[in-house]
Amino acid sequence: MKASAFSYARATSVGNALELLVAHGDKAKVLSGGQSLMPAMNLRLICPELIVDIGEISELRGIAVSGGVLTIGALTRHVDLANSSEIAAHAPLLTEAIAHVAHPAIRNRGTLGGSLAHADPASELPACMVALNATVVVRGQTGERRIAAGDFFKGIYETDLSAHELLVAVELPVVKKNAVHFFHEFARRHGDYAIAGLAAQAIVEGEAFGDLRLVFFAVGDRPVLAKAAARLVKTTITPELLTQASPALAQELDPQDDQQASSNMRRHLAKVLLARCVGALLGRPDLAAGGTA
Amino acid sequence: MTAAIPISLEVNGERVEADVLPRLNLADFLREQLHLTGTHVGCEHGVCGACTVRLNGVIVRSCLMLAVQTHGASVETIEGLSDSGEVADLQAAFRDRNALQCGYCTPGMLMAAQDLLKQQVEPDRERIREHLSGNYCRCTGYQAIVDAVEITARARMGRVL
Repeated sequence: MKASAFSYARATSVGNALELLVAHGDKAKVLSGGQSLMPAMNLRLICPELIVDIGEISELRGIAVSGGVLTIGALTRHVDLANSSEIAAHAPLLTEAIAHVAHPAIRNRGTLGGSLAHADPASELPACMVALNATVVVRGQTGERRIAAGDFFKGIYETDLSAHELLVAVELPVVKKNAVHFFHEFARRHGDYAIAGLAAQAIVEGEAFGDLRLVFFAVGDRPVLAKAAARLVKTTITPELLTQASPALAQELDPQDDQQASSNMRRHLAKVLLARCVGALLGRPDLAAGGTA
Repeated sequence: MTAAIPISLEVNGERVEADVLPRLNLADFLREQLHLTGTHVGCEHGVCGACTVRLNGVIVRSCLMLAVQTHGASVETIEGLSDSGEVADLQAAFRDRNALQCGYCTPGMLMAAQDLLKQQVEPDRERIREHLSGNYCRCTGYQAIVDAVEITARARMGRVL
């Protein structure tokens, strides 16, 4: 289908974009890379009256490291994340995850800020932001707000961002020396939305986890930071302990049924991901052995 | 503001000036206003890859871009790549290997395959499949397409060496 008629404004600066957003409120939509917005408009799931194109605001693009913080501009494209040596060095989880985000032609256009503001619960980058303890920086006419990624995602396509604000950047703490990560998703076709996925960031101390952030996606209305991970921290992990953590994890999740998978199948896949992740991060194939899909 | 907006861009090396409605996507602009019908429209929501074109040197989905967004940009379509001879060997390999039947996906496949071969001189079959994963073909079962891309890569290596 084709998008319904709308007006178009090419924002010249963040201030200009905010003026347009304040004037038009929720009748306006921000166009960044357009790789989620345009499909939604072509399918007439949304019919905004005004498109505010922020694509030319170059100050929103770029990756910088300073004082232990990695700052990524909202307009930074997926392909730039994939090719960035700073991201590979300081947030390697993101480098690994980005290869699973859609297909090359889409990664050439899609942006980090666009993906986060869109907040599809099956998409990879929101989960990575929660796993990496990111801070989402949003700007309004009265100033900036900094929101922990864990508080930013509110539901399916819902975030803490108001219609008068623009997501301008994310800030990630540079990963520690003994940090390890894991990323995996199940999808019908490489690059499709996940049926179930896991982005994990951990600290390994000796043979145990000092910290373990397991963020599941496509198994709830937003990225789910698993509380069950607490059972696996600062302790020797046995297959029995992992077996106990598994139903606890399944209880936390609220997956949907759809044409791709039943909620039970998604719960099962999440448990498989848990076992594979713990086994991989600790270099313990005996633990991952429980994780056959 | 719903009125037509003037844009100026380069399409296959030629300067194009046009007035476009904001809702017009790049695929429809190329097909209906410029009559470059090699760019195909399949799903219109970024899944099938039939509308793949080059924008400023990199492949994009032309159904997921507004024509107004291409102001000041350089667009290359399958007509451009075909006429310049850039993909002549790839096209011949597609023909030789029966890598198309109905041909609907072929322009997008060629755009995506050429994009890969520009980035990597000898991709393995897995890498080829990964790079073409965003392009649907309902006729061939993909084997022949992967064959054609692989053979082209090898032939180009031979030519370079």
